[in-house]
Amino acid sequence: MTKKTDVTLNINGQTHNVSVEPRRTLADAIREDCGQTGTHIGCEHGVCGACTVLIEGVPARSCLMFAVQADGKAIRTVEGLAEGGKLHPLQQAFMDCHGLQCGFCTPGFLMLATGVLEREPDISDEDLVDVLSSNLCRCTGYQNIIKAVRMAAEQMRSS
Amino acid sequence: MTGKGMFAADVSFPRQLHMRIVRSPFAHGLIRSIDTQTASALPGVVAIWTGDDVADIPPIDFRLTRIEGLESYRQHVLAQNRVRYVGEPVAAVFATDAYVAEDAADLVDLEIEELPVTLDASDAPTEFEPGRLTEPAVIRKGYGDVDGAFGAAHAVVELDLSIGRHSGVPMETRGAIGRYDAARDILEMYGAAKVPHWNRDQLARMLGRDRTAMHLHEGHVGGGFGIRGELYPEDVLVCAAALRLGRPVKWIEDRREHLIAANHSRQQCHHVRAAIDVEGRILGIENEFFHDQGAYVRTHAATVPDLAAAMLLGPYRIPNYRAVGHIRLTNKTPAGTYRAPGRFESTFVRERLMDAIAARAGITPVEARRRNLIASAEMPYKRPIDTLGTEVVLDSGEYAGLLDKALKRIGWTTLQDELKSRRAKGELVGAGLGIFVEKSGLGPFDNVKITVDPGGAVEIVTGAASVGQGVETVIAQICADTLGVDFDRIRVIHGQTDRIDEGLGAFASRVTVMTGEATRLGALKVRQKATEMAAELLQCTVDELGIVNGEIRKTAKASGPSISLAEIARHLLPTSKTRGSREPGLTGEGWFFSNHMNYPYGVHVAVVSLDRETGHVAVERYLVAYDIGRAVNPMLVEGQIAGGFAQGLGGTLFEEFTYDERGEPMNVTFADYLMPTAREVPALDVLICEDAPSPLNPLGLKGAGEGGTNAVGAAIASAIDDALGVPGAVTQLPVTPQRMRDILDRVLPEKR
Ligand code: FES
Ligand code: FES
Repeated sequence: MTKKTDVTLNINGQTHNVSVEPRRTLADAIREDCGQTGTHIGCEHGVCGACTVLIEGVPARSCLMFAVQADGKAIRTVEGLAEGGKLHPLQQAFMDCHGLQCGFCTPGFLMLATGVLEREPDISDEDLVDVLSSNLCRCTGYQNIIKAVRMAAEQMRSS
Repeated sequence: MTGKGMFAADVSFPRQLHMRIVRSPFAHGLIRSIDTQTASALPGVVAIWTGDDVADIPPIDFRLTRIEGLESYRQHVLAQNRVRYVGEPVAAVFATDAYVAEDAADLVDLEIEELPVTLDASDAPTEFEPGRLTEPAVIRKGYGDVDGAFGAAHAVVELDLSIGRHSGVPMETRGAIGRYDAARDILEMYGAAKVPHWNRDQLARMLGRDRTAMHLHEGHVGGGFGIRGELYPEDVLVCAAALRLGRPVKWIEDRREHLIAANHSRQQCHHVRAAIDVEGRILGIENEFFHDQGAYVRTHAATVPDLAAAMLLGPYRIPNYRAVGHIRLTNKTPAGTYRAPGRFESTFVRERLMDAIAARAGITPVEARRRNLIASAEMPYKRPIDTLGTEVVLDSGEYAGLLDKALKRIGWTTLQDELKSRRAKGELVGAGLGIFVEKSGLGPFDNVKITVDPGGAVEIVTGAASVGQGVETVIAQICADTLGVDFDRIRVIHGQTDRIDEGLGAFASRVTVMTGEATRLGALKVRQKATEMAAELLQCTVDELGIVNGEIRKTAKASGPSISLAEIARHLLPTSKTRGSREPGLTGEGWFFSNHMNYPYGVHVAVVSLDRETGHVAVERYLVAYDIGRAVNPMLVEGQIAGGFAQGLGGTLFEEFTYDERGEPMNVTFADYLMPTAREVPALDVLICEDAPSPLNPLGLKGAGEGGTNAVGAAIASAIDDALGVPGAVTQLPVTPQRMRDILDRVLPEKR
């Protein structure tokens, strides 16, 4: 076993002081060391996007990063989306549009969409499809995911 | 969605060990030695098992479609002396940390003597091992006088077709956690799915335990699609290890493992012939096919080829039929079912044949189909063959009616004009269709237990399983309607073998039909019990009472005295004085039995355009028209169809597991196994029809899980032919860009 390093993971405003091997992925650290299992792992190769989290507001694949690289940075995961028991507009839209079936890919899509809509609230429908095509879903055929994100985008703009 | 899901990887126990499988790097070989010494020395490694350590555990048995000859081709949980595919489990490492387990697995030294590989199921059989061939069985189905039909034919059309190897590939990989509770002598497995009860029985049998001392638990499941939940070597290993090592054992598959070790599916080659009369009516069909089973026969035994042979006939009147299906072993990942098993394949074959018949008879593809469809007056239509142990009796259907509706919905006539003028401008665009019959509602039984607790909450316990398809919602909805309670008060418990003794799980689009009807029957019993108690308390007859929002009151009056189900439940507590001689508890059990499957059916219509340069096939429009008898929850049905369609599209245009000449798999990551993304899946038009309810259950239900997938290969192939103006151009799936370019070079050389 390699030597462990102390890192501070700031997840959804909460500080987690953990000690990890340098090779430990951020995804594993978030899930196993910080107990936030809402971030899922679908491929560990950076392709499926299930592990997407926001780092300093930017969507990132936590399976491709080491925990040590996220030391001290602001990380947001799906657990932080709902506030005070109220679903985030994206979560609500996924529910209303039947944008999920098994729900395994959902956290990744939610974080991807959150990051994008926060940065680019006026993103065109076409560009949105391009962005969403960077994550994989095997259940829904995507149409309802696209519908949900468009609906949430509209709501987020008008509120 | 809020991060509170509980998927297999989210389950952890104190002191758990992590299992890592050492897999064969060779497609075929004899194991000379396995050196675990260096690996064992790594701090944190607790045990390493090889084939010898589990030689007492029998091979994994068949769940369905057991036929003679297959037994000796079953898989052991760890290879015994010989390896037969890249990815076959050879050793299992148990360590205190997942990273360490992986390090140790890399240090296990395998000495394997390579043997020649068999990779093509349609080549002559080779030796599986001394004395046994790679063809364990041949499936034969048929009826009538096929030779006579061909003798009398006006013409014979003949095709060679093949379907690529691909599979369900859910987003969540497999996972299993075994835990032995010594205090209660109970062995548990978490991460179960699809068929927890059957797996419980098998695990108990394989590990020599009573089935009551073996509990399986299904959590959230990240997609099923046929592949997940079958009993695999890894499931058995975590349970055996938990028992023998006395610590919980967790195994989470990585994606590379998933792509080489979990069931593949679909790969078949068909040589099909049809005898037709002068008007294009079918006199007889003969089909010989080769089913590539991969290295071992797994839990599905002969299910897929059996279904392919039986369902090939689809919605058509076929007076004479002969199918010969060769089950062949190859040195590739073992195969099982994938959504619409045997039907995606056989629909492609049959509908290619219909297009060829149309071309030969000089009629349109639509007309060729119309002339051969079974008429609704002929329903129920008995085919003299069986599948999955049931006779094939098409229970109900308005096939021609649905075809009309589908053509109208897409605007077929105008579409033809549009396409013609676009083609005149040089575009390669075309439309095609596929008609199919699905099957659903496989019995023989299902049961549920329904309880209303003293707080008014309703619990439904079912032996069905949920793989992310919305089972809970449908079950709760049927119960809410029957019992007259608020949907939100209902909780559905599924996939827990310690909560209900029997259950068949979720496969073959059976849950809505079987569990749905069992739920209705159980809810009726609860209703009866509740209204009887209420009639006594309200001093009236049962007939005068109705239940709305969990309140029982006289139906004649909107107001007046009422009594809630919660109160009734309290009246029925064991200690209640008002209970009288009634059995305690507001509970009811529903059992539903069915010996026949039912047969939903549908029409797919595709519009495609082809890119001459890249070989890209763009699907511009797509319609799925599907008659499922009755749609309990149309939104869920549409969701099932849309998801199924995307998977069908994957198998039609992108996804394929290929191997090099040494049997090395070429598609081991998502970078080389390409699944459709939001870019590739077009907006889908879904037309759900309820014209032919099933006479086999009171709600008229048929299952909806697989119709979105079934005819995608067929419809798109037909559309590509149309775009090229060359009938029969597509003979192989998937039509990858490379293959499309080859077709273009072949059929339209001047246009390149
Ligand atoms: S798990 Fe990170 S991209 Fe798939
Ligand atoms: S909802 Fe199952 S993978 Fe997306």
